[in-house]
Amino acid sequence: MTKIDKLDLDKVLKLITNFIKYEIKKTGYKKVVLGLSGGLDSSTVAYLSVKALGNKNVIGFIMPYKTSSPDSKKHALVIAKKLKIKVFEVPITEMVDAYLSKFKNNISQVRQGNIMARQRMIVLYDKSEEFKGLVIGTGNKTEFLLGYTTLWGDSASALVPLGDLYKTQVRILARYIGVPEEIILKKPSADLWKGQTDEEDLGFTYADVDKLLYYMVDERYPVLQLQKLGYKKSFIDKVFKIIQRTQFKRKLPIIAKISARTIDHDFRYPRDWGL
Amino acid sequence: MDFKVRMIQNFPKLGAVQDNFILHKKQIEKAIKDRIDLIIFPELSLTGYMLKDMVPVAAVHKEHSIITELQKLSKKISILIGLVEESNSVIFYNAAFYFEDGKLHFIHRKVYLPTYGMFEEERYFGAGNKIRAFETKFGRFGIAICEDALHPSFAYTLSQDRIKYLFVLASSPASGLSGKEGSFKTIDTWESLIRTYSMLFSIYTIYVNRSGVEDGISFLGGSQVVAPSGEVIKKLPYLETSEGDAILEEDKIRGARMYTPLLRDEKLGLTIKELKRIYDEDR
Repeated sequence: MTKIDKLDLDKVLKLITNFIKYEIKKTGYKKVVLGLSGGLDSSTVAYLSVKALGNKNVIGFIMPYKTSSPDSKKHALVIAKKLKIKVFEVPITEMVDAYLSKFKNNISQVRQGNIMARQRMIVLYDKSEEFKGLVIGTGNKTEFLLGYTTLWGDSASALVPLGDLYKTQVRILARYIGVPEEIILKKPSADLWKGQTDEEDLGFTYADVDKLLYYMVDERYPVLQLQKLGYKKSFIDKVFKIIQRTQFKRKLPIIAKISARTIDHDFRYPRDWGL
Repeated sequence: MDFKVRMIQNFPKLGAVQDNFILHKKQIEKAIKDRIDLIIFPELSLTGYMLKDMVPVAAVHKEHSIITELQKLSKKISILIGLVEESNSVIFYNAAFYFEDGKLHFIHRKVYLPTYGMFEEERYFGAGNKIRAFETKFGRFGIAICEDALHPSFAYTLSQDRIKYLFVLASSPASGLSGKEGSFKTIDTWESLIRTYSMLFSIYTIYVNRSGVEDGISFLGGSQVVAPSGEVIKKLPYLETSEGDAILEEDKIRGARMYTPLLRDEKLGLTIKELKRIYDEDR
């Protein structure tokens, strides 16, 4: 029995909705803004945010690039309609192309993807100020551990309700709260270029890697014990190296310590300081 | 004697002691009106949990005006509260203060300061070095602060010190989904622990855990009173702010001890002898 599939959904849902509600309220804000990609994660976060804050306090943004799949927009609109939330379309094509046109040499697909993710971040943080709502992140634990995010792009946000759930668990939660099945069953994709899928980028499936990550990270199994579960040593090593290599994406920039009280090292306060 | 307790499963503002005290005071005054005998707040309820460098600022000395006010309030109700104590020698303790009849009657300083995983208490607090029962007008009490209760020796010592009521003040988070039916493991831990203590020591266990969220960490709540029979006589909901009352009946302790005289039969001398042998062997 793989424990990763077993969730007390009622309690997980209660925990996450309280997390959104109180961590927003403490800061003096009432609203959240989020990017709606029509995918599983952002749809789930939209549902959870509405549950926590009410539909009037959740504002969605669809930010397509010219190569984005039309399905992404279609599904984002389905979610917005179902949840009765305000949704705006802010295409990023002109902004991104204006930047790309400054450089004559070929800009790789990865660079282009990063530029798009960061452009969306610019839109969301601008809208955050306009609507006085915090940017709510849509990342999950699998993505964070594998560093499958664009630093300061889609990884940028004020709070991340799904950041401690693996993709497999997000799917279970999504089904529980009523995210439409066509979205749940869709192949996960960052949709940064045509036909892109997460699992092709990563080189393994979420189903495989999530279970391994659970036993490696949550249960802290040593390699031999992981092998006993049926994982090949090469796969275990590969995943471990990815986690190690992408650690910087999960941390704030490091500071050269000089004073007696260096931020983070000796100046240690929670973010909810006085809240 | 029988007495009525109120458990406050609260959500303090992190590091905002004065704001929190105003809320505590209102809750105490309401409890007085409701004819409650003893009101119980969770671990660090006056300060919030994840204080880090705020510890010295959130600490209160025994002469602090808040302590004076709590003393005054305790003329009409007994109060058990979790806070940061600053001692005369400027050591900061994660402490529980018990007030009765207008006086600060007893202080327990947390002995076991968890410093692993998400916990870093030993970095910020001095550790208490006493495990003591104490007399109150309601009977003999013992206090454990959260991690204290995870050490059976702690509860055992209090049991041998003849407590009838064990109060566990906690700031226990929701952590790990490996519990029953995919629930939080920390729920299983606490539920089985306090039930076991109640039954094996024939005592009432009053577990008061906070709620709310700090820096993404959700506190479980789920405060409860377990009778010496192991029966849960009052349970507050998980993951939400709440309060609830229970009547503790001394006869229930008598009944349990008559039926199963574990306390009578306990061989303290043998336990000490064997523990001493283990200790002397310098494992």
